[in-house]
Amino acid sequence: MDLLEYQGKQLFARHGLRVSSGEPVTSVEDAVAAAAAIGYPVVVKAQVLIGGRGKAGGVKLAADESELREHAGNILGMDIKGHIVRKIWIEHASDIASEYYASVLLDRSAKLPLVMFSTEGGVDIEEVAEKTPEKLIRHHVDALQGLSRDEALQIATDGGADADIREGVADALVALYEVWLEEDATLAEINPLIVTPEREVKALDSKVSLDGNALYRHPENQGLSDSENEDPIERRAKEEGVQYVKLDGDIGILGNGAGLVMSTLDVVAQAGGSPANFLDAGGGSNAEKIKQAVDLLLANDAVKAVLFNIFGGITRCDEVATGLIAAFAEIKPSVPFVVRLDGTNDVEGRRLLQEAALPNVHAAKTMNEAAEMVVALAAGKSVGAGA
Amino acid sequence: MAVLVDENTRLCVAGMTGREGSFHTLNNRNYGTNVVGGVTPGKGGQDVEGIPVFDSFEQAAAEAQPNTAMIFVPPRFAADSILEAAAAGVALVIAITEGIPAHDELRVYNTLKRDYPGTRLIGPNCPGILSPGRANVGIIPASFFKAGNVGVVSRSGTLTYQIGNEIAQAGFGCSSIVGIGGDPVPGSSFVDVLDLFEQDPETELVVLSGEIGGSAEEEAAQYIAEHMSKPVVAYIAGFTAPAGKQMGHAGAIVSGSAGTAAAKAQALEAKGVRVGRTPTETASIAVEVLGGASLAAS
Repeated sequence: MDLLEYQGKQLFARHGLRVSSGEPVTSVEDAVAAAAAIGYPVVVKAQVLIGGRGKAGGVKLAADESELREHAGNILGMDIKGHIVRKIWIEHASDIASEYYASVLLDRSAKLPLVMFSTEGGVDIEEVAEKTPEKLIRHHVDALQGLSRDEALQIATDGGADADIREGVADALVALYEVWLEEDATLAEINPLIVTPEREVKALDSKVSLDGNALYRHPENQGLSDSENEDPIERRAKEEGVQYVKLDGDIGILGNGAGLVMSTLDVVAQAGGSPANFLDAGGGSNAEKIKQAVDLLLANDAVKAVLFNIFGGITRCDEVATGLIAAFAEIKPSVPFVVRLDGTNDVEGRRLLQEAALPNVHAAKTMNEAAEMVVALAAGKSVGAGA
Repeated sequence: MAVLVDENTRLCVAGMTGREGSFHTLNNRNYGTNVVGGVTPGKGGQDVEGIPVFDSFEQAAAEAQPNTAMIFVPPRFAADSILEAAAAGVALVIAITEGIPAHDELRVYNTLKRDYPGTRLIGPNCPGILSPGRANVGIIPASFFKAGNVGVVSRSGTLTYQIGNEIAQAGFGCSSIVGIGGDPVPGSSFVDVLDLFEQDPETELVVLSGEIGGSAEEEAAQYIAEHMSKPVVAYIAGFTAPAGKQMGHAGAIVSGSAGTAAAKAQALEAKGVRVGRTPTETASIAVEVLGGASLAAS
């Protein structure tokens, strides 16, 4: 779960990291009120979960109220790579002497926490890593001991932080590690971590991803993320506990098991189609669950045909067929379906479907055949005999 | 032979008294797995169809000598349950539970490494391990598989059944099917299981089924080039997955430009591993390498 900049900064502040005072607002009038309280000059920052905000014109400095009105008015409602700006963050502008970079993340390969630090902040860190790797310190931390103050100071020193602010950088690294650990984050990144002319070390930006599986330990974090910009179908799926990801195509996809569904998307794409979603219906096969999944899938108006791909393991295909027939009776979908039932009790499942003679439902035996059929149907072509 | 689970397995199941836990435990026993006990705190002394329930792994270890544990408890209790099994001296822990926080997995992985190096963890968020004809620990539907010489290691359950079933239809069987799970910090990675298959005299070919996220497939490619004498055939799922979106499994996510399916397939192919474009093609390649008839003829 990715947090907006200001949400990440609020987490930072809770753990003692220095950030500028600011306020999230949704209107020009509120922005003016916030700036009056904070004091000019202020920075107006678009709150969207996408990089490149500055280049898109979503970050502006305002010296006074008239500039603030102009910038806030322009940025609110702006479309940044498909993300509509509904919220802006107003913060007191900082003077910058140096821009550093700091992050803590879960290194899946080493299976350890990884602290990274560089004095080359404010730019794309992947570029620094590629072009001048010697300027990016990568330090693995003992997962059971945590990051010590001495270790953090060593990282600051090795990374070439100015001598007079090494202690400040070390404090920031320790606090950032604490954010990562105690908030169950998988990533906590500051780019840039700035040094002010007064030699203060401060987080000017934030990028934080929280582990959705750990939210039960953090009820206070549950309302975070960019829920206003979330796709409405994805949001509904989350509320219903269904694994659903919206994509830009026109073929609805539903299957059992995350790996099989990912594979189904690929096979459909290889057959020339364009998947409209990822939907893992899980192990269940009862009518209620299938109906819920089909409902979700059809909530996307772009869907022109649906591929239902089941490989029955513990899930029995005859139960899936029964569930599907019951779900269809209620939903009465208007787009064609291709149903591929394979695995446990597949013959019986296909027989049930055939007997039910659901309108516009086509049976397929293999994944490849099913993919070809659904691609043809989505393109408005007809396929062989229906189920 | 086979790897990890077989006739010598003595299984103890944490969470056996739950609905899912009891269903799958009994399924495993029906298959022939020797289930020696279960662990549910506070329910010691009860039984599930004759399988004794203990209050702790320590007690189970003393009274039933399990060498394998299966974890079926809810996510918030799973990490402690795994470590409790390890502390009781259980050599193999198979964690089925889905939804364990990543930080818990990190703590478990590093605690096992430091304090219990004799315990191997498979999973979490995995379907378990099946050695056809010998033992089944977990939720893999055994009916699709028969004994043979193909080793399967996979991050996904249903995809494993899909590929395994096609290989079986072509007349080949499996030594063991190992689900390593779809989470960010699995207890065992592809490399660990490839090493076991390399040492297993019965296994002649390994099918590796990977997916987006992390770099376990790239590490496997390197390992295969340096250490494997047996052929490996691979499949990677998630070519169409957009960056930054979690595709069902907690670990199946492309982060920036890292962890893409294309990069994984390239890494494997660069080391001479053949990668199927579809599950069916993957099974076909495996069958071809084994010298079998083409799948189309089956």
